[in-house]
Amino acid sequence: MKVDDLLRKPGAWLKRGSRDDVVVSSRVRLARNLAERLFPEWAGEDERRRIWDEVSGVLCGLPQLQRGLCVETSEIDEVSRRFLFERHLISRELIRKRRGSGLVVRGDETLAVMINEEDHLRLQSMRPGLSLGRTLNMVNDLDDAVAAEFTYAFSRRLGYLTACPSNVGTGMRASVMLHLPGLVLMNEVEPIVRGLTKIGLAVRGLWGEGTEISGNMLQVSNQVTLGVKEDEIAVNLEQVIMEVVEHEHNARLRLMEQRGEVLRDHVGRAYGILGNAHLVSTGEALDLLSGLRLGVDLGILKDIRRETIDELMVLTQPGHLQKLAGRRLKARERDRVRADLIRRRLKAGEDKGAGD
Amino acid sequence: MLCERCQQREATIHLTQVVDGEVKKVHLCQKCAEEAGFDLQGSVSVSDILLGMGVGKAQESTPEKATRCPRCGMRLSDFKQRERLGCPACYDAFADELMPLIKAMHRSERHVGKRPGEAGGLPMGVRRELEQLRGALESAVAEENYEEAARLRDRIRSLESSESAEGDGERGQP
Ligand SMILES: [Zn+2]
Ligand SMILES: [Zn+2]
Repeated sequence: MKVDDLLRKPGAWLKRGSRDDVVVSSRVRLARNLAERLFPEWAGEDERRRIWDEVSGVLCGLPQLQRGLCVETSEIDEVSRRFLFERHLISRELIRKRRGSGLVVRGDETLAVMINEEDHLRLQSMRPGLSLGRTLNMVNDLDDAVAAEFTYAFSRRLGYLTACPSNVGTGMRASVMLHLPGLVLMNEVEPIVRGLTKIGLAVRGLWGEGTEISGNMLQVSNQVTLGVKEDEIAVNLEQVIMEVVEHEHNARLRLMEQRGEVLRDHVGRAYGILGNAHLVSTGEALDLLSGLRLGVDLGILKDIRRETIDELMVLTQPGHLQKLAGRRLKARERDRVRADLIRRRLKAGEDKGAGD
Repeated sequence: MLCERCQQREATIHLTQVVDGEVKKVHLCQKCAEEAGFDLQGSVSVSDILLGMGVGKAQESTPEKATRCPRCGMRLSDFKQRERLGCPACYDAFADELMPLIKAMHRSERHVGKRPGEAGGLPMGVRRELEQLRGALESAVAEENYEEAARLRDRIRSLESSESAEGDGERGQP
């Protein structure tokens, strides 16, 4: 399988799932390291390459990951790396890595392993909607399969030993991607974020640490990895997220009741711009698509499918646009190609909707 | 990187802050961070806590600590600079410095979760049951059957805790 093969399909999370009007996707990541080996950054390139050879060889042959994608970061160009990052398959950190680091992905993208990122192994599973339990089950099974092949760095007292002590213990990071346009429009997102932070959860933007919140998307994840069980992490996060979902639903309801005109205007403008603009930047696209998504969820827009919007949120990212075009595009060119793509897709969606 | 407040001293404190509902990275020197009254409690950046431990100050005043990890050769100052350990044995080599840091981050000093090849050190039967319960819980939540969800959640917790009580026994690896 090649990187380009992924382009033909939507990502693992772009399917229907529980609470998917608010929870876009659920993800669980496990950090693992090989016993007796130096952690990737301290190991140096030669050792990293040895580890890549040993680990990728075995992983690419596992039944769970067979016939998937198996690439060393140095084998693929910058656009491909960016493309994989936009699909949440590799991290910002792995983009920068070259020889001896890479990625193994199952064809449907529900499972992925980053090799020699910060840790030797970062196992990840991803599912649409709020689904932390099943997501955890999937990555657990993969973890067991890997543990049968390699000896992990593990201590009875501290659990799985990781390059950064912030991940030690379970090595588990459970996260959900939330779409919160209601709370944002009602100016109520700030107290929610503050509350989440206060109870020890990390809140980030769509693209991870340090990026601003675009498209009204927020990522929420656990920070504590030691002294709690994997199930507790998942169940606790899920419970908190259910509350956030309720707040968001509530905000949308009040938005409809108290500020219906403003809401319809907001959605209508987003639709008007995206349906007619010829130059649209990445950030503008995300914000306006977020408006459309809200419009569809609230029944204001009836002729567009939410899948179309979710797909556009990914396809309009720079890496995806350049993959679609099959060549590098300058920023200005991207804005034009992005606007064309959105206009075309929205038009096609309308036609389909009218035919139903 | 220079401190973004004074633009003079090296930024040693890197905080992820949430301001006006937006997540921001703030890079400050220690002096400015103290003056600005940043709450280091809420953040888990390694360097913040290292500074709190006096590791940062130690480097300025006294010659750097000679302790090296016997396995990988990393020094404590390397860790402070990189915020990443060199190898699994570093956890033993720097235990005196690391344990307070770990405790501050996680409010715990002991792993209670999964062990290699076994989910939480649980017997296969219990483990499969847990997996089924997790699936059932998700379905219950999806169907908005909250009573059932609460029941399943309790069941998951009790299964786990009853097993963990004896979980400190012989099982697991070194
Ligand atoms: Zn300063
Ligand atoms: Zn070491």
